[in-house]
Parts: sequence; C-alpha cells; structure tokens
Amino acid sequence: MATESGHPPSQTHDQDSAAERASRENHASYWRSNLRLMAALLAVWFMVPFGLGIVFVEPLNEFHLGGFPLGFWFAQQGSIYVFFVLVLIYAVMMRRLDREHGVE
Amino acid sequence: MSILTWTYITVGLSFALYICVAIWSRAGSTSSFYVAGRGVHPVANGMATAADWMSAASFISMAGLISFMGYQGGLYLMGWTGGYVLLALLLAPYLRKFGRFTVPEFVGDRYDSQLARVVAVFCAIFVSFVYVAGQMRGVGVVFSRFLEVPVEVGVMIGVGLVFVYAVLGGMRGITYTQVAQYTVLIVAFMIPAVAISEKLTGHWIPQIGFGASLVEGPNAGRYLLETLDAVQRDLGFPEYTAAWVGGKKSMVDVFAITLALMVGTAGLPHVIVRFYTVRNAAAARWSAVWALLFIGILYSTAPAVASFARMNLIQTVDGREYTEVPEWFNTWERTGLIEFDDKNADGKIAFVGDPEKNELKVDRDIIVLANPEIAGLPNWVIALVAAGGLAAALSTAAGLLLVISSSISHDLLKSFLWKDLDDKQELMAARIAAAFAVVVAGYFGINPPGYVAQVVAFAFGLAAASFFPVLVLGVFDKRTNRQGAVAGMGIGILFTASYISYFKFFGGVESQWLFGISPEGIGAIGMVINFVVTLVVSRITPPPPQHVVDLVDEMRLPREGPVAS
Repeated sequence: MATESGHPPSQTHDQDSAAERASRENHASYWRSNLRLMAALLAVWFMVPFGLGIVFVEPLNEFHLGGFPLGFWFAQQGSIYVFFVLVLIYAVMMRRLDREHGVE
Repeated sequence: MSILTWTYITVGLSFALYICVAIWSRAGSTSSFYVAGRGVHPVANGMATAADWMSAASFISMAGLISFMGYQGGLYLMGWTGGYVLLALLLAPYLRKFGRFTVPEFVGDRYDSQLARVVAVFCAIFVSFVYVAGQMRGVGVVFSRFLEVPVEVGVMIGVGLVFVYAVLGGMRGITYTQVAQYTVLIVAFMIPAVAISEKLTGHWIPQIGFGASLVEGPNAGRYLLETLDAVQRDLGFPEYTAAWVGGKKSMVDVFAITLALMVGTAGLPHVIVRFYTVRNAAAARWSAVWALLFIGILYSTAPAVASFARMNLIQTVDGREYTEVPEWFNTWERTGLIEFDDKNADGKIAFVGDPEKNELKVDRDIIVLANPEIAGLPNWVIALVAAGGLAAALSTAAGLLLVISSSISHDLLKSFLWKDLDDKQELMAARIAAAFAVVVAGYFGINPPGYVAQVVAFAFGLAAASFFPVLVLGVFDKRTNRQGAVAGMGIGILFTASYISYFKFFGGVESQWLFGISPEGIGAIGMVINFVVTLVVSRITPPPPQHVVDLVDEMRLPREGPVAS
C-alpha cells in the first residue's frame, strides 16, 4: 500500500502530522483547480459542436466566413480547431498547476 | 511508368520500411510487449495514436461519405475528433498514472472486482474483433484494385505483414511501425488534396481552398461551396451545405450520433492503451495534444477533399457522351464501383437527384481512391494513395490485435486460468494469442460475414455505453463502487445491444426509433443510462473499501511512481 509520497498504509488520521495535513490540503486544492479548469473547457467542448455546429446551424448559416456558411464551417472545420486548442490549453495550464502544487 | 508499376514500387518500399522498423524495435518482455516499456516520446505516441485511430474507414471511406452527405458528413468529423478532448481531460493522464497494462485491468483493480474485469474483457475483445475484420477487408480491397491480385491474396499478404510486426514486436514494434505508417498515410492523403485545391481554387491549403472561389470553368470567381449548392440544386440533389432537408437525418439523430461517436472514441480500448506507453501522466496530456494535431490535419482536409471531389465528379460526368468519358471512368466501371445505365438511351450520362432519371451509380469508397485520377494527377500520386490506404488499415489492425492478445494473455490467462505464469511464459502466451487473433482476423477478411457493416454501430455504441462511464466515474467519483460499476456496465450494454440488434437484425423500423434516434446514435442514450445506474446503485450500496479510495487519491496526482493496489 505504500505510495511514492511515503504514507504507510497503516497510518490513521489522528496520527497525522501538520506536514501531512498541509500536503493533503495542497492535493485537495490542486484537484479543485483541475476540476474548475476542466469544467470550463468541457463547457466549450460541448457548446461549439453541439450548439454552433448542430442546433444553431441554420441561423448561423445566414452569416458567412469567406465562402463558408458559418454553421457549416463550425460543423466541418471550426469544431476540430477548437478541440485542438482546448487540449493544448489544458496541457499548458496543467503543467503550470502541477508545478505550483509540486505534484509533477 | 504505369500506375501498376508505381503502385508496386510505393507499396513495396513502404512495406520494406515497416519490416525494418519492426526488426529494430522488437519486444523482449511483457512490459515491452504490452506498453512499449512506457518510454515512448509524446510526439511519437501522438503519431502512433493518429495512425492507430485513423483506419481504412477514415482514409478511404470518410471523405466519400461526406461528399455524398454534405453538411451532415460533419458528424463524423466532430464525432471522431471531439472524443480526444474527453480522452485528454478525463481519462488519459489518470489511466496512465494508474499504471496497468490493459483497460480491463484498470476496471478490475479500481472496482476490486473480477466480475467487472471479465465484463470489460468481453467488451474489449468484441469491439476489437468487429473493427479488425473491417481493416483486413480494407487491405484486401486495396490490393485487389491497385495491384490486381485477388482479394484473398491481398488479405494473406496483409496478415503476413501484421504477423511479423505485431507478434514479434508487440506494442513496441507496433508503436514505431505506426509512426512510419502515419507518415506514409498523411503524405498520401495530403499530396492529392493540395494539388486538387490548387487546381480548383488556386490555394495550396485545402482548408482555405474549401472556402475560396473557383479559378476556372464557367463559374470562375464564384465561391466553391456556393457553386456546389447551385449545381446540386439544378440537378435535383439537396444543397451541399444545407442542414435539415428531406431525406436526411433529423437534428436529434445527428446530435445523438455525434455524441455517441465522441464518447465511443474515448472508450475504445485500442485508443486508450496508446496512452499507457508514455512516461507519465503529464506526457499523456501532451501526447493527446500531438495526437489531435496529427489527426486534425487529415480530418480538417477530408471535408475539403469531399467538396472538391463532388465538384469534379459532377463537372466531369454529367451530360457527357458515354463514348467520350475519361479512362478512369471505364477502369472503375470494370470494378463495379461505377455503374452507368442509359435509361433514356440518349448516349449521355444523366447524374441527377431523381432516382427515376438518374443513370449513374458511384460507390462512395472510390471518392478518395479515384480522386487523383478524376483530377488528372500523375500516376505516382495515384500509387501513393494505395500505399496510404494500406498504411491506415494495417496500423489500425495491429493496434486492435494487441488489445485482443493482451486481453487473452494478461486478463484471462494470467489473472484467472494460469496464475503462476512467469514473465517469459506470459510473453509467449501473448505472442500465441496475437498470432491466433491475426489468423482469425484474416479469415474474416477473406470471408467477411454479411453483417460487418451492421455491427460497426455496435463497436462505438458498446464502447460508449460500457467503458466510458465506468472509467470516468472510476477517476472522478470515489463513491462509485463495484456494485454500481457492474450494474451500470451490464445495463448499459444490455440496453444498447438489444436496441441495435432489434433494428439491425429483427426487423425494427424507423417509426419505432426511441426519440427519433437511430441505432448508430443509441450509444449516447446507453451512456446516460450507464451513468445514472452506476451513480444510483453505488449510493444505495456500501462505499468502496479504504484501499480503493487511497488508490483513487494517488491516481489523481500526476507525480511519477506506481499506484499500488
């Protein structure tokens, strides 16, 4: 059961030292930041293809991007670019978060 | 030189390359065989993932499908790329950190349940076999059309090649061959796309040419898509960019299919397992970035190719005298993939929307394969497309075969039937299982069961309705326990499988569709059901043991080091 961080499995909560409580708090705050970032990115992940590319495709097709009707562009081009940007942002932001919390 | 000579050269050279790579990178241990020793660079893994993912269907069929579907073809583009966002954010880093060899192994350890593991093994093997049969068939078809050998011989050659590098090289051999195969397939896809884009619109970048104006012909100066809409309308086809017109899918159905494809992608074991091969969780996140870049290059080009091909096809054939058709027309007619039936006996080809008057049938698969010929590109480009199609099919087949072999040797043999297997014996068992799987796949390639096309919906539907919810909740919900996971997977699979079976095999009709959702999209509902059942059952049964909760806590931290069980 021993993990890299060195907690022996038998350790019970009332024996925790202050350092271990701080470490747990640090991990919890790391996880909360991760969840917030994920929620924001997943909201975009959902809105762009399903909102702009499917549900609102007809009203958006009234607008044009060069020769593309806009809704059509989101369905066949834009969504893919947005997906790439989302995973890129996630990798960059998480690298920073990993360092801030010393969990790399 | 003729197309045939060029094809022998490109295919021969690319095969020689794969064999060299495989010999250089063969596996010597189970870790090397299952997960390439976990030392693959994120960029290399990104390329390998892209090749692993993009199958004969992506390379050969997808642009053709979009060409015939217009706007709605976008569901494949969004569905097959959006899943990578889910993988990168929800699964890849955590499953990598967990540090097992297979997906069923994760399920078994996280839920502390051999039953859950067996259910997962069954799904993994089923999904992978469905997929791999199609790949071997694709290999045979490319061989028969381009190298003029019978389909059977083509499949045997493909089986032999995959045998060499999957059985000997395992994941390590597969990974580096996939890097080579990605290079071949992307070059083969992009060269004709760039050349055709330049020819039609004057832009070298197909993604820009797609939205630009035509440079020659009667419609010069007019936007390509606007022209295509007008031409389609004149011939009685639905407009190319129109979304919801008669005879097409409904909005609800497009929504559901797109979601099912995304979630199914994120739940496919052969894709997930690629992220096991990198050094750590952070590398898994970067690996997903590279994978999506490499996949995105082909996926953003494919719809451009689809519209160029549609334009070229209509301009070349409609209203033309049958005696004056270009050579490619007759070549493909001989294969039965183009059929001309002069209904009004005027000697001219009528390619129109009205099925009573339409005289031309064009198989979707030839759009990519014949596109360079239709556009009048040189013979070596046409030959390159054959090598690219083979690279796409072989790389996907190898990844799937590895999942099958590791499921058998690691999840069934080592953990159930023969627990005292040592590393060397397990490696031998994995090779034998891989060899067995290659032969079975080859058999189905030569004798395709009539229902291959029908069961493809199963692969994504089952991956979406079985794996995805249990994997995500395994990471993000500590309260999810064994009872919840088994119930969720069981009911998700049961619902999805019965829905698909009913409509594909037992005569269900469209008017009976639940909420207007076709069998292709039902995995989305199956997934929701799985989530709900898992969450509810987990909360009315005892919480998971403390050691599992500790396991989840450790899995959420990207730092290096194994998660013990």
